[in-house]
Amino acid sequence: MAEFTLPANSVVKTGKTWAAPAGATRVKNFRIYRYDPDSGENPRWDTYQIDLDQCGPMVLDALLKIKNEIDPSLTFRRSCREGICGSCSMNIGGTNTLACIKAIDAFDGDVQISPLPHMEVVKDLVPDLTHFYAQYASIKPWMQTQTPAPPDREHLQSPEDRKKLDGLYECILCASCSTSCPSYWWNSDRYLGPAVLLQAYRWVVDSRDEATGDRLDNLEDPFRLYRCHTIMNCTNTCPKGLNPAKAIAELKKKMIERR
Amino acid sequence: MSMLTPFKRASGLGTTNDGVHHWWMQRLTAVALTPLTLWMVFAVAAHAGDDYASVAAWFAQPMTTTLLTLFVFTTFLHAAQGLTVIIEDYLHHEGAKFAALIGMKLVLVLLGVSSTLSILRVAFAG
Repeated sequence: MAEFTLPANSVVKTGKTWAAPAGATRVKNFRIYRYDPDSGENPRWDTYQIDLDQCGPMVLDALLKIKNEIDPSLTFRRSCREGICGSCSMNIGGTNTLACIKAIDAFDGDVQISPLPHMEVVKDLVPDLTHFYAQYASIKPWMQTQTPAPPDREHLQSPEDRKKLDGLYECILCASCSTSCPSYWWNSDRYLGPAVLLQAYRWVVDSRDEATGDRLDNLEDPFRLYRCHTIMNCTNTCPKGLNPAKAIAELKKKMIERR
Repeated sequence: MSMLTPFKRASGLGTTNDGVHHWWMQRLTAVALTPLTLWMVFAVAAHAGDDYASVAAWFAQPMTTTLLTLFVFTTFLHAAQGLTVIIEDYLHHEGAKFAALIGMKLVLVLLGVSSTLSILRVAFAG
């Protein structure tokens, strides 16, 4: 049933403000969600005033500056700082994106940063992605063939067939799309979500893969696939400019095609 | 405390190998309802203010009986499919979901059958 009362820890309180250093001229406020489940306290919004003249251009630069110079307790994931690892996905200014490729000057006022929506929070900006990764594993994201590859080379693929993977292979599994999807919020226990479905489609259209039928069998379910109601938040939010909604629509077309 | 592995949790009870038909019928009924609803709106508007006898005569025309029955059947089928999705989306208590799905279908069958019989009765009995 719907929950009409919110859990005790759901109210986000106003936290501490860390003032800008004296003499700072270009000050930007970063309102950041802070939560430590071990403390038993409610989450809070901490405000960090950053001198942009002493900070790199991206939101991740500001987060690193805060962690290195202001408040080492701030917790977030990051790795490549160039939009290829997918670690620093978070909700910035109301949209899920990657902190490392989101410019600070894209925001006029304060920059508000919270973890990916509707996920269990491990700490601060770190969501628990265990279930998301398990769902990814459930679609068997590797090539399955009966026919062995030629002994002296890999499975061959024509340039036209390779083109079908464009717009799919670039997905870095940052989970921005899945966690922006209301259907995934309400039914992620069974609905696979846009990221995993895009990956599923990536293997369905791979000309070298021979498990296409099994893959579609595995998706043919009112919840796994058909919870997608074409809300399009996924495509809107994808920091890599991909189109998970189209990949899901293509899967639905394949389902009709094989009836 | 549950000791299920994340993979076990994600796999659940497996796929139902179902859902394509439901999705496809929902689209088909939506497409069918576009002309049917337009016809319904204009036809009813054209008979606004008519007395019972002339409306009954209109009902008795074979094309009117056919289209009215099709409109009612398609509407309730489409409504049942749409409400099924909504209930599955938002009701997370298995018992409540089960009861709501059955109750909703029974109500729609009742409404659909009584609407159809009403049309036929006016069409054939006047």
